Amino acid sequence: MTALSGRRLPDARYFQLAALATLLAINFAIIDFGARPEASVIAIAGALLTQIVCCRISGVPLDLKSPLITGLSLSLLLRADALWLHAAAAVIAIGSKFVLRLDGKHVFNPAGLAIVVLLFTSKGVWISPGQWGTEIWLGSLAGLFAILVLSASRRADIAVYFFASHAALLLLRAAWLGDPLAIPLHQLQSGSLLIFTFFMISDPRTTPDSHLGRLLFAVTVAVTAHYLAFFLQMRPALYVALIALSPLTLVLDRLIPAARFSWRSPNPQGVST
Amino acid sequence: MTLRLSNVFRSGVAAVAILANMASAPANAFCGFYVAQADAKLFNQSSKVVLARDGQQTAITMASDFEGDVKEFAVVVPVPTFIERKQIGVVEPKTIEHLDKYTAPRLVEYHDADPCAPVVVAARSMPAAPMMAGAMQYRFRQDYGVTIEASYDVAEYDVLILSAQESDGLTRWLTDNDYRIPQGADAVLGSYIKQGMRFFVAKVNVERMKSIGNGQLRPLQVRYQSAKFMVPLRLGTVNAKGAQDLIIYALTKSGRIEAANYRTVKIPSGIDIPLYVKNEFGPFYKALFERAVARENMQAVFVEYAWDMAWCDPCAADPMSNKELVELGARWIGSDDDVAFRTGRRGSGSDAFATRLHVRYDAKTFPEDIVFIETKDRSNFQGRYVQHHPWRGEAKCDAAKSYQESLATRFAKEATDLAAVTGWSRSEIVAKMAQSGETAVK
Repeated sequence: MTALSGRRLPDARYFQLAALATLLAINFAIIDFGARPEASVIAIAGALLTQIVCCRISGVPLDLKSPLITGLSLSLLLRADALWLHAAAAVIAIGSKFVLRLDGKHVFNPAGLAIVVLLFTSKGVWISPGQWGTEIWLGSLAGLFAILVLSASRRADIAVYFFASHAALLLLRAAWLGDPLAIPLHQLQSGSLLIFTFFMISDPRTTPDSHLGRLLFAVTVAVTAHYLAFFLQMRPALYVALIALSPLTLVLDRLIPAARFSWRSPNPQGVST
Repeated sequence: MTLRLSNVFRSGVAAVAILANMASAPANAFCGFYVAQADAKLFNQSSKVVLARDGQQTAITMASDFEGDVKEFAVVVPVPTFIERKQIGVVEPKTIEHLDKYTAPRLVEYHDADPCAPVVVAARSMPAAPMMAGAMQYRFRQDYGVTIEASYDVAEYDVLILSAQESDGLTRWLTDNDYRIPQGADAVLGSYIKQGMRFFVAKVNVERMKSIGNGQLRPLQVRYQSAKFMVPLRLGTVNAKGAQDLIIYALTKSGRIEAANYRTVKIPSGIDIPLYVKNEFGPFYKALFERAVARENMQAVFVEYAWDMAWCDPCAADPMSNKELVELGARWIGSDDDVAFRTGRRGSGSDAFATRLHVRYDAKTFPEDIVFIETKDRSNFQGRYVQHHPWRGEAKCDAAKSYQESLATRFAKEATDLAAVTGWSRSEIVAKMAQSGETAVK
């Protein structure tokens, strides 16, 4: 990380946009993950419009990078049997940033919240965690982008904590069951896991401010997701765990106060010195 | 009951995927998997599983292509929960055959109209080669050992529900009874035991089978309530030589199913193919499937059919009746009427959506059991291949001339597409097309 932080990096969201847009382009050109052009257009346009309307109402300066990221994430992850559901997802995601705020910080990852809310309330929505396959190159690509994104946003720690604890749990489970190593390795190669790790749980706006807080949060999400997946057989376990536990961030921020993250004031302090 | 030393623990399933078989066989016959019937089916070492899922209520019906003495057949199926007598049944093989034919990749024929006359289009369909009509033959021997939680007489089968508290309980039980367990099977069974799964074990009761007067063993169906929605393939990979095929038919309420932990990919479909392929539709589909599998590095599950059961277009077989769908576990339909299933989708809640998945797997490319999720996707898909018969009648008008010219382009494209999806040599394709008259007539 330090190698990249010698100079002041541009806003991390440019890297995120590049990463997500590339994945979407791969979906349309090379490997079909299940994203559809019309749905993507609606999700992205819906997110941008909602942001514009909400900014107008609340008087917040308009910035379209975040809603674009949310729209791209929804395009990549959400599946629905009707196009309006993609619009609804965009409205829920962006709206939540303006409505569900505490201490000036929004509580939920916008795309994650929209996915979970619609999964539990709509009859026409699902996610396809298997569609990303386990191609090594895709994982490598996502990893490469992630390094850029996370080093720029200084949230590499939570991604590493989450991935390490998730991997540890899978390996422990395999060891307990006497399963071959191939099984946890197959589970870890999942493209959807990588996307969750690098683009969702590591969202700097909704992660705990402190280093220790992020460690505790990451481990708690991993343990909860493990329980949901293997004991309750819940398939979108990662998203549900993340959203259900997001309010914990507020508690951790109270208990372990630290400087608040902001996109607008990149703060090199503590990174390269 | 004493067991012969030559008993060999074999795994196969529903067989390939799910059943472990204890068959009497020469000691060196570790190869494990059923020899395919000579010509009745397309894919060797294939097994069929019908899943019907409504909420957490699951019915699993297992059919394998085992051939042999019914006395020598046994199945061991990991099940997620204790099974009561009323949760077990047998299904008529012809019902699964019907579902197989109904959902099979199909060839559709069209006849070009007289270019000089008003358009009249005729279409008819031909199902893919039937997968098989073989007998389901299970055999089992039981003895003392692990906890026998229940024993039932089910039609021609004797069924036990076993559980093992210790990690190696079941494997010891098998070993102590002179079953030779192939290397690796004990670990797999141990994994299922630790996950709290029971074992559904069945053998054929020959006396009862005689009294029933049924010459054919019927597929067993187990119904249970569980959040687990999966097919335990792993037992079937333990002893396998090479890849196996498993065809999974699912009947669900909301939409198609897909794998949650593997890619699910649609089989290439909607391709125009030359006329001669009609006579080798089996090899054609096999080549197409093999190429699709290779393209995904054998790490994907293929959709061959996904369709609302209330209608079909074209139907590859007569529509399934309510009675048949209920027999296969779609009990929410709630009718024994022996009439074709027709849903009043709006409000009646009697939906039945069929998904046919085809997976070729081995232990390396499919290390973990396939877990399924039910999507809300009700869009229809079928593996469908089209033949257009050129107009061969007399045609002397101007339109006929341009029609003849268009044929050359069409034949060239058909040859190219066929070569692309099957990997067959294009020049051979062109030669065979010429034999069936598909050459451009200028």
